[in-house]
Amino acid sequence: MRRVEVADLSAWYGPKKVLHEVNVVAEPRKVTAIIGPSGCGKSTLIRCMNRMHEEVRGARVRGKVLFDGMDIYSPDVDPVDVRRRIGMVFQRANPFPTMSVFENAVAGMQLGGRFSRSELKVRAEGALRAAGLWEEVKDGLDEPGARLSGGQQQRLCIARALAVEPEVLLMDEPASALDPASTLRIEELIEELKRSFTVVIVTHNMQQAARISDWTLFMLYGEVVEFGPTSKMFTRPDEKRTEDYITGRFG
Amino acid sequence: MFAGWTGAVALGLVGLLALLLAELIVGGWRTFDRFGLGFFLGRAWNPVRGREAFGALPFIFGTLVTSAVAVALAVPVAVGLALLLNEVRGFVRAPLASFVDVLAAIPSVVYGLWGLFVLKPFLDRHIEPFMTSTIGTVPVAGALFRGNPNGPDLFTAGVILAIMILPIVTAVTREVVAVVPRELREGALALGATRYESIRMAVLPYARSGIVGATMLGLGRALGETIAVSMIVGNVPRIGASLFEPGATIPSWIASSFREATSVGLHRSALMALAVVLVIVAFVLAALSRLLVRRTASLVSGETPGAAETEIPKVTR
Repeated sequence: MRRVEVADLSAWYGPKKVLHEVNVVAEPRKVTAIIGPSGCGKSTLIRCMNRMHEEVRGARVRGKVLFDGMDIYSPDVDPVDVRRRIGMVFQRANPFPTMSVFENAVAGMQLGGRFSRSELKVRAEGALRAAGLWEEVKDGLDEPGARLSGGQQQRLCIARALAVEPEVLLMDEPASALDPASTLRIEELIEELKRSFTVVIVTHNMQQAARISDWTLFMLYGEVVEFGPTSKMFTRPDEKRTEDYITGRFG
Repeated sequence: MFAGWTGAVALGLVGLLALLLAELIVGGWRTFDRFGLGFFLGRAWNPVRGREAFGALPFIFGTLVTSAVAVALAVPVAVGLALLLNEVRGFVRAPLASFVDVLAAIPSVVYGLWGLFVLKPFLDRHIEPFMTSTIGTVPVAGALFRGNPNGPDLFTAGVILAIMILPIVTAVTREVVAVVPRELREGALALGATRYESIRMAVLPYARSGIVGATMLGLGRALGETIAVSMIVGNVPRIGASLFEPGATIPSWIASSFREATSVGLHRSALMALAVVLVIVAFVLAALSRLLVRRTASLVSGETPGAAETEIPKVTR
């Protein structure tokens, strides 16, 4: 049950500064949505929250991300540990193509940890159930993960992230490549996940943000325009620009 | 117009290949006619008139063994190099990459000379005796590494070949490693994989079929390499377990004996027939590699990530 606090965070790709002193807090058991037009830095921000940003060549960060009070960018922190505790789901479903459904689900557990076959089975089932996929795949656990439909693949990726028992779940436009039915399924899933996780989700879909999030962060050009409770943001925002964006005047 | 030109050029190439093969087969015909299948299975090679006997087996053996040694040594190094050059940032990248490319530009006769005067003495003195006294004591497989460390041998030829095919295998492996989707690497990293784990989990499985293809390309090069091998393999038609004894490959044998081959007897024809055998071996390996690449590729193909779009009709129907 952990709180993620971003403090004065700036980020660069090479010489280009894409985040400007961003401040935001993701509360436990709440869904925090990051919205904004393409290129506003929302994906960069979420990738900074588990140190995935630095995997891009030339990428750089300044500022702090406090995870339960600990700065994940402090020099004595290993990004590998950070990512085990702060899981991530990507825009495009990315199950490992040579692995079966079961192997995909437990892929993260195989790293570093030593688990018996029965432990793996228990955890795989738990994660697949939590991701709402168990009923659909329980008879085909040894099928290739890439055989599943797009929506199922994305839920498999969520299960894979859950199986390592993270404390925070970051989702970078998890439904943007999915059809409406699968999107609805993912949104329902997020509702359930927030009971036990801190959830941060990037979305370009404002209705989605309004439906599922408790807090909303609106960004433009790498800067925070407004951060507040979702209900307030979508009814009476403080900023004119927020209102213009959510009423569809630009973006 | 364009289709006509390209078509003509393409047909011309096919025609050229057919002509070449036909010439070889015609040239070697007298040998095939006289020895039949025995040519492929025979072990003797005697060009003396009246006592002529020609068999290709020792050369097929030598070709396959040296190439196998080359691939066994080169592929792990090439994969490691490709991963280092693609996945690891640092100041060694650029110089190392151009160094590997330069290896490809060195003429093979230079490799031969270097192999003969530098590598061979080194292997003879230090590596081969050491291998004999260590892995050579293993039952069965150890027989490969026993024998006379001195003198030309199949192993030295294999090592030279390994160095010679390293650039091509590395280059192709780099290509296939470079096209592994970012999402897969990031998927592994986001689960808390170290860089090494992400390579093992996401990069290598995806690149597997490409690496097999690269290996086959290197194998093809090793099979046909002539002059460097000819200089260090000993050119003794021999079949035996030990890698530390001399042997001969098809190209090395042709290169070392064509000068004595007159058109009077069967000798010249036998060398032509040997060339046909080499072409057959190369063809068979190319076909096998096709098969192997397809088999390993099918494990990855199907609906790789991002197939979401194609799935929409099914779900919303």
